[in-house]
Amino acid sequence: MSDQAVSLSVPSGAAHADALGPSGPKPRHIFSRRNIFLYGTLIVAALYYLLPLYVMIVTSLKGMPEIRLGNIFSPPLEITFEPWVKAWSTACTGLNCDGLSRGFWNSVRITVPSVILSIAIASVNGYALANWRFKGADTFFIILIVGAFIPYQVMIYPIVIILREIGLYGSLSGLVIVHSIFGMPILTLLFRNYFTSMPEELFRAARVDGAGFWGIYLRIMLPMSLPIFVVAVILQVTGIWNDFLFGVVYTRPDTYPMTVQLNNIVNSVQGVKEYNVNMAATILTGLVPLVIYFISGRLFVRGIAAGAVKG
Amino acid sequence: MAEIANPSVSIQNLSLNYGAVSVLQTLNLDIAEGEFIVLLGPSGCGKSTLLNCIAGLLDISKGRIFIKGKNVTWEEPKDRGIGMVFQSYALYPQMTVEKNLSFGLRVAGLPKEEIAKRIARAAEILQIEPLLQRKPSALSGGQRQRVAIGRALVRDVDVFLFDEPLSNLDAKLRSELRVEIKLLHRRLENTMIYVTHDQIEAMTLADRIAVMKGGVIQQLDAPQTIYNRPVNRFVAGFLGSPAMNFIEGQLEAGDAGAFTADGVSIPLDRYEFDKDRGSAGKPCVFGIRPEHVAFGDAAKAMPFTAESAVEIVEPMGSDTLVWTKLGGRNFSFRVEAEKTLRTGDPIRIGFDPARASLFDTPSGNRL
Amino acid sequence: MSKSERPSRLFRNLNAKVASIPMILTALVVFVGGTAWTVLYSFTNSKLLPRLNFVGLDQYYRLWATPRWLISIENLLIYGVISLVFSLVIGFILAALLDQKIRFEDTFRTIFLYPFALSFIVTGLVWQWLLNPDFGIQGVIRRLGWTSFDFDPLYNSSIVIYGISIAALWQGTGLIMCLMLAGLRGIDEDIWKAARVDGIPMWKTYLFIIIPMMRPVFITTLVIIASGIVKVYDLVVAQTSGGPGIASEVPAKYVYDYMFFAQNLGQGFAASTMMLLSVMIVIVPWAYLEFGGRKRV
Ligand SMILES: Nc1ncnc2c1ncn2[C@@H]1O[C@H](COP(=O)(O)OP(=O)(O)OP(=O)(O)O)[C@@H](O)[C@H]1O
Ligand SMILES: [Mg+2]
Repeated sequence: MSDQAVSLSVPSGAAHADALGPSGPKPRHIFSRRNIFLYGTLIVAALYYLLPLYVMIVTSLKGMPEIRLGNIFSPPLEITFEPWVKAWSTACTGLNCDGLSRGFWNSVRITVPSVILSIAIASVNGYALANWRFKGADTFFIILIVGAFIPYQVMIYPIVIILREIGLYGSLSGLVIVHSIFGMPILTLLFRNYFTSMPEELFRAARVDGAGFWGIYLRIMLPMSLPIFVVAVILQVTGIWNDFLFGVVYTRPDTYPMTVQLNNIVNSVQGVKEYNVNMAATILTGLVPLVIYFISGRLFVRGIAAGAVKG
Repeated sequence: MAEIANPSVSIQNLSLNYGAVSVLQTLNLDIAEGEFIVLLGPSGCGKSTLLNCIAGLLDISKGRIFIKGKNVTWEEPKDRGIGMVFQSYALYPQMTVEKNLSFGLRVAGLPKEEIAKRIARAAEILQIEPLLQRKPSALSGGQRQRVAIGRALVRDVDVFLFDEPLSNLDAKLRSELRVEIKLLHRRLENTMIYVTHDQIEAMTLADRIAVMKGGVIQQLDAPQTIYNRPVNRFVAGFLGSPAMNFIEGQLEAGDAGAFTADGVSIPLDRYEFDKDRGSAGKPCVFGIRPEHVAFGDAAKAMPFTAESAVEIVEPMGSDTLVWTKLGGRNFSFRVEAEKTLRTGDPIRIGFDPARASLFDTPSGNRL
Repeated sequence: MSKSERPSRLFRNLNAKVASIPMILTALVVFVGGTAWTVLYSFTNSKLLPRLNFVGLDQYYRLWATPRWLISIENLLIYGVISLVFSLVIGFILAALLDQKIRFEDTFRTIFLYPFALSFIVTGLVWQWLLNPDFGIQGVIRRLGWTSFDFDPLYNSSIVIYGISIAALWQGTGLIMCLMLAGLRGIDEDIWKAARVDGIPMWKTYLFIIIPMMRPVFITTLVIIASGIVKVYDLVVAQTSGGPGIASEVPAKYVYDYMFFAQNLGQGFAASTMMLLSVMIVIVPWAYLEFGGRKRV
């Protein structure tokens, strides 16, 4: 790139009308070097991300003999749903042999109340912090946010003691409380920021009309914050469904959530390894968050971005 | 429009579409060497789009662009001999002012002494020498805009492109910088293309103004011509504040013709029709600017006078805007600030139809 | 709001205070109380049950003399460096590629991000299968004829932590990409235009203009990655259970095993306190930079 002034000193007499030359859009080739590099890289990366999902699916549809002989990347010669059935209803985890179905229903019984409770608490917190600041509120909030960074390992044992004291250790209710506690920082932040961004006049007007704390929350804030609730639900369902540590610490074998049970099935040392059943079980466990992910699309991105950036 | 012999920038049959949306349609524009052109128009009319096409930041759909006689339609922005100043300044925030000015030159591989010389010159012209070691975040809005201009200046180019450079500044600073840009233009004598939707900026800066609407240049003329002889109703209404008065009515055939509306008849013998005057009964719009309306004794001397009553008085400091009714329409005129008028006062107004504009109603074109 | 003086300060905003009780309890009892409790009991010789029998720094001496802990720390460091470097680099590159006004942007983004929806357990098990020496990648390539091909990170104690890192990157880079993409999209279009007019090549624009402008995004991303690194647990449990031998142990697993299997609470508490300390080393300077200069939050 030499000096522009030089490259442009075309004789000023040049009559532009005759100097036709290029016109219209600059021609672009679909297979320009830029495009080959760009899409090539993206496609290679996409293959890397898709490969495990593909292998999981094909493995789960093969019979064991085919797995032992064949190649994990080759599609099944003979599709069988046997492994899926087995994973769901008869795979063994040490004591019982009723498959992942037990873990699935446990996870449902854990996730639903945890999501509701944690969002209810956090949205009220966020609302109080945004609109009804009282002295000291910010201090608690900062503790909460800092707490989000403390490794769980530091707090799991004290919580065991607290739950034991109130008689909930090992029960699903105990785990629900734990999820609500650890979901609180990010969700509170999410709701606080959302409510803070809502026009204050709205809140003022409602107060002038005589509405109180709960009245404003239920009749004005809740109906207006549907999007953020959806984001919070996505965040929590995925997070709680995928949890392993709290499940394994705070529940007993017959109330283990799906992740814990999956790990026990796959990593159990007894018996012959049935890779197809293992992969079917793995897909089954990943299915709920995957479905949420593919349905919610951009909202999911917003959810995790909101949760991650700020938390 | 008059042919320009050696245009500095020449745009020929330029079209630009975003998919199915057509933003600019077969636009032609020739800009003379050293001319200051202002692109003026309402938001979304395609001013920035046109500027970006000239800069090479957008791929055009049809047509050609010449700068200094060279076809630059397919050139990269850096090779077009243009410098550009953005509304948001677009300074590189992590670099000092000096780095901001020199970065492009260093990348282009210019010798050190040359870079230093150009920066010194730009800093001297823009009076930003004391700021050279600061980062943009430590500058005021006006200073930032100066640096942004400096970045275009050091490129030593023929054509400057400005995209609403002053609209992020407060009113006072804006008028100061407006004067500075005018002085800069006088000193550099470069071609400048300046986008704005502020008509005062347009009127004060431009050699010629291009008024745009919906991706089409409506009128390209000297500011006074555009102001006094707008080619259509849109241009007439867009320029001027307070806005031109419009009265809808029709042409009457008489010895010299007249305009009638709701009981008023305005003689048109002094009005210069553009082409054909049109047949009798033709619906049209009569427009007259508030400052061309006389009142009281001065009105008596005018070719057209009417009696009316004051409806609203709006003092604006330097003068006062008075609203009344004429031809069944709201009608405003300007009086000196000292005049005290009250609502309901009977008044006499008058004007010279030679200063008015007459537009065909369906097409909006000047008659 | 409600600044007007009322008789009692305590009852002002009473409803808000009542509603905040769960938050206050969580903050004070669980976060502050629980942390303090664990730190306190890390100075005791608690075994099966917590006992306030102080032994000074004994647990810490023992901890740092335990090979398993040392391996855990070493693994964490390797895993941490790999995660940080590669997820930032890959995440940024993917985001920059997606930011080129490409076709199918949504499809690509969906593909890169979906692993993030999966749990570490699922991630670990899939990669355990892919890296299976007999049937996985190594097996396939050997069967293709290259019989000396070696790629069995999960069964080779010197590289097992890299095998785990591959899985972690697969799961987590999508998120980093999303954060980076949001950062890139937040940059004023005009900056790009100005750089083009200045004739600055794209890679230089990224390196000298865009990346410096994205410093805040990078810092937050760094903190997110760092706090995730310390917590790594499920992935290891699922992929290797700490094996072969103790070659892929990590601190979080050490804590869990000593608390709930080895019945050596004191060791568990000391190890978890060390984890807390390491997080503080990352968080405190960040919080100081982020909030120290300005007024809070
Ligand atoms: N990427 C795009 N895709 C589709 N339409 C676009 C795109 N960018 C701009 N437009 C449309 O092109 C038209 C012209 O836009 P442009 O930015 O040139 O307006 P403008 O005259 O500069 O307005 P303003 O004064 O607000 O800056 C607008 O109607 C806008 O909606
Ligand atoms: Mg614009």
